[in-house]
Amino acid sequence: MEVMNLLYAGDGKPPNLCVHCSVCSATCPAVEFMDHSPRMLLAMINAGMKDEVLASNTFWTCASCFACSERCPQGIHVAQIMYALKRYSLWHNRYPEGLVGPDFSRRFVKTILANGKSYEPGYAPAFIWEGGLPGLLYEMLGAVKLLRRGRLQLIPKKIKRVDNFRQMIGRIIPLEGIS
Amino acid sequence: MKTYAYYPGCSLESMAVSYHVSAVEVAHLLGVTLVEIEDWNCCGATAYSHVDELLAQVLSARNLALAEKEQRPDLVAPCSGCFKNLYFANEHMLEDADLMDHMNFALEADDLSYSGGVTVHHLMDLFVREVGLDAIREKVEDPLEGLRVAPYYGCQMTRPRKPGEGLEDVEGPRFFEELVGALGAIPVDYPYRMRCCGASLIATSRQAALSMLRDLLQSAMDAGADVIATSCPLCQINLEVYQSEVNRELGTEFSMPIMYFTQLMGLALGIKPKQLGIGSEVVPVAPVLACRQSQRTAVAG
Repeated sequence: MEVMNLLYAGDGKPPNLCVHCSVCSATCPAVEFMDHSPRMLLAMINAGMKDEVLASNTFWTCASCFACSERCPQGIHVAQIMYALKRYSLWHNRYPEGLVGPDFSRRFVKTILANGKSYEPGYAPAFIWEGGLPGLLYEMLGAVKLLRRGRLQLIPKKIKRVDNFRQMIGRIIPLEGIS
Repeated sequence: MKTYAYYPGCSLESMAVSYHVSAVEVAHLLGVTLVEIEDWNCCGATAYSHVDELLAQVLSARNLALAEKEQRPDLVAPCSGCFKNLYFANEHMLEDADLMDHMNFALEADDLSYSGGVTVHHLMDLFVREVGLDAIREKVEDPLEGLRVAPYYGCQMTRPRKPGEGLEDVEGPRFFEELVGALGAIPVDYPYRMRCCGASLIATSRQAALSMLRDLLQSAMDAGADVIATSCPLCQINLEVYQSEVNRELGTEFSMPIMYFTQLMGLALGIKPKQLGIGSEVVPVAPVLACRQSQRTAVAG
């Protein structure tokens, strides 16, 4: 119920309007890599299966392409529900072990709070082992190629008024809360 | 002609420098002035919305406030992800006065405020709708004759749909094909032109992303494309830089050039390849360069 209430606050129609037509699942380009299809996840939410929902990799496998949201005949914003579940599981620190997504999102946010700008190599520790040792070596070779072509920065860029920027953020969310 | 506030976004300072330089060159040639917003910050990409909605909102609010302060009511973003974030952050504030107040309270910390006076455009929208295809056609000096271009819309340039848009705008747009046609090239139809490239899943769910990239590359190749044209740095990087990993891990043999639409525009408008950032690719684009009329006459003569 807690998850359902959270989702009522999001954009689009509430998930209990789902008629199980499976258009979202048929549309989803990542469905075969999900523990549960988007339709199944909605069904689990509607059945109050909170623990099972939070243990699923489904919403961390969502690439936010919004195709499901556009096609849902019931007006359920499925992609926003996936976002809401990511936020919920990060707040509560509850997600399956071994997932890269949560660490990646946290690193991303920390980098931007420190600099005001994004810096790709800063996220690497979150995912560099995804491909195992061969993957790591390959990733490094790729990085060298990009460096030689001037497409990789060695030093993170910073905005000028970074102190003001951090104060601005502090008016939205306590900075210690996300570090 | 018109002056626009220009929001390059983080990728255009690093992995997608060629998008930035080609955008600026093409805009200049078409009589559009792009003025970079002073001290802009990251739009938050998708990761910010994973953590906190208001946090994601305030990042875009600051950029909109900076454009408003510089008195430039039209803001253009080349990156589809940045565009989507800026566009919808603006919409949310316009329809929710409490949210606008909340954002202004935060913006005060950086001596900024926002009243909702900025309109957000995608760079392609600027060229297709504001400059216009006829004006572009007139300036084409070196048509890309015979070049089969697969226009790749990706996700966030068209989805989610904007207020006032219908199903056709998100399921069957043709503006990218029309732009490619205006350059003298042949736009090819292929089923995956609007399907996701995998986006940040390349970092967080690698196998899913590689499989999505394979499907997309295969779809364009089956349609006989010589090159895929993109309008988003993340799509470009995924499709180009990770193409060799798709080949290595999924046993394919793709060698598909992936170029920004602005680079193709620039070539057709007669701008030198180097000025368009061409030469920094990991998948060679020589076949694309060879199709220009000027190169053919050179060979024939």
